Amino acid sequence: MPAAGSPLSTERRRFLTETARAAGACAIAGSALAYLARDARALPAEALRPPGALPEDQFTSACIRCGLCVRDCPYDTLELADLGADGPATGTPFFTARNVPCEMCDDIPCVAACPTGALDPGLTNIDDAKMGVAVLVDQENCLNFQGLRCDVCYRVCPVIDEAISLEPLHNTRSGHHALFIPTVHADRCTGCGMCEKSCVLPEAAIKVLPARLARAEAADHYRKGWEEKDANGAPLVDGLIDLPDRLPGPGTDNLAAPGGFEPVFQLPEVAQ
Amino acid sequence: MSKQHALVGQEAIEVKGWVGAHRFLLLRRASQFGFLLLFLLGPWFGIWIVKGTLAGSMTLDVLPLTDPLVLLQSLVAGYWPSLTALLGGGIVLATYALIGGRMYCSWVCPINPVTDAANWLHRKLGLPKGWQPKRNTRLWMLAGILIVSGITGTIAWEVVNPVTMLHRGLLFGMGFTWALVIAIFLLDTFVSRHGWCGHLCPVGAFYGAIGSKSLMRVSASARSACDDCMDCYAVCPENQVISPALKGKPGSSQLILAPDCTNCGRCIDVCAQDVFHFTHRFDERVAEPSDKTLAPESQTA
Repeated sequence: MPAAGSPLSTERRRFLTETARAAGACAIAGSALAYLARDARALPAEALRPPGALPEDQFTSACIRCGLCVRDCPYDTLELADLGADGPATGTPFFTARNVPCEMCDDIPCVAACPTGALDPGLTNIDDAKMGVAVLVDQENCLNFQGLRCDVCYRVCPVIDEAISLEPLHNTRSGHHALFIPTVHADRCTGCGMCEKSCVLPEAAIKVLPARLARAEAADHYRKGWEEKDANGAPLVDGLIDLPDRLPGPGTDNLAAPGGFEPVFQLPEVAQ
Repeated sequence: MSKQHALVGQEAIEVKGWVGAHRFLLLRRASQFGFLLLFLLGPWFGIWIVKGTLAGSMTLDVLPLTDPLVLLQSLVAGYWPSLTALLGGGIVLATYALIGGRMYCSWVCPINPVTDAANWLHRKLGLPKGWQPKRNTRLWMLAGILIVSGITGTIAWEVVNPVTMLHRGLLFGMGFTWALVIAIFLLDTFVSRHGWCGHLCPVGAFYGAIGSKSLMRVSASARSACDDCMDCYAVCPENQVISPALKGKPGSSQLILAPDCTNCGRCIDVCAQDVFHFTHRFDERVAEPSDKTLAPESQTA
């Protein structure tokens, strides 16, 4: 109903006002949604993604939350996050290793079921999966660290002796036994969670963590002298005198070792 | 709207009987329940005809279906989905482009029974319209969720989408989705008549857009028989679509061509004069007031 005399300007004003209102409301609602969407990208540490899941920032753009991976998981490992009840973004698939670990099916049905590729179909060998990395988080309570032969995490590991090995270590408490230390080799660990599930303690001493929490990252500029030397086939600096290494044990100039003797060269006393 | 009537649709019930005056409503409930049951047969009874949810499903291990709006958000977020998902999205897109995009709203969407129930209560209580944002607000919402998807690099709307959330909740576990459903029920009952489906929902806006040139349409072909009882306006969830067809100038199309029409068929149900019927968008035939042959069972869903 344009006002008489200036129909165009009234209509234009109304159009502009309404557009501004709608755009304003849209911006407010959009900001709230953006906040929620960003927030939903923070995945809790105990929630593990299915095998082959894309990196988390890509995963939330690729997973349509259809639940087909959950349906095709023969062990009911996977579940969809419930609104407000579970940590991961609502409707996305995850599993909790301590509840039901991944059984690492050879045919990887969850990946085959994914219609979008959020679970990467490039994963054809389940041993290459990287759902997380097992970390022995509590050495003080781990039974093997106390000299007992629990070994359960090692025994249940589907990639036994490659992803987890037992490394003997001197038992200083008894003086004549060995500790068999469960040692995770991250490059072979799939993060299936069998070890965490099977840990006999009331709260697991070994836990599967997302790689971002479990792994350090070596700086690009670090060079290891012994590797560089091997690659070079010769010392990297010409004319270096290779002095004998000071080793513990009898016959060396180390007083701390049994049979050690006083070093010939004494450091000069520093005036206090 | 229908102050002269004690009850909307009473006249149609008297003329056609209760079932006749609720034919499409009953069919629609059967369709909504049927689609849900197809999905529930698996988890409840171990009969796996359809797996997945409305966001993405696999029927009998051969037919993939994907929600094209979810796919579109994924694309905007910078991810190119696998062929299965794209194929599924294409099938859904083509189907709704043909039968009418908002058929999804009134025949499939699990939120529709919630908002229909809210509107039923709203009418019973004789409540005022309440907050009525412009109908195109949902288009702004649609643009908004796509922009947010692009900015955050996530499928943003799925964080709050009550449509897929309710469906997924019924199949996989509700969590706090109940709160969302109750919020929509309260919105539509007390705050805003047809507030969610009719004004805000971007899913409906998207499906309306893809079905804007759809083949299947309701036609007011016997509009000369209209006795101005206004019952169709009272029951129609998008009643702005009726006037151009029903009250258009002589010679104008009697087809309801507005993309907002959800093809729910309630106008056909409540009309004692049988003014409306389902047909295709090229059917320009005008029925005589008493011509009952032009109210055929052309409904397919």
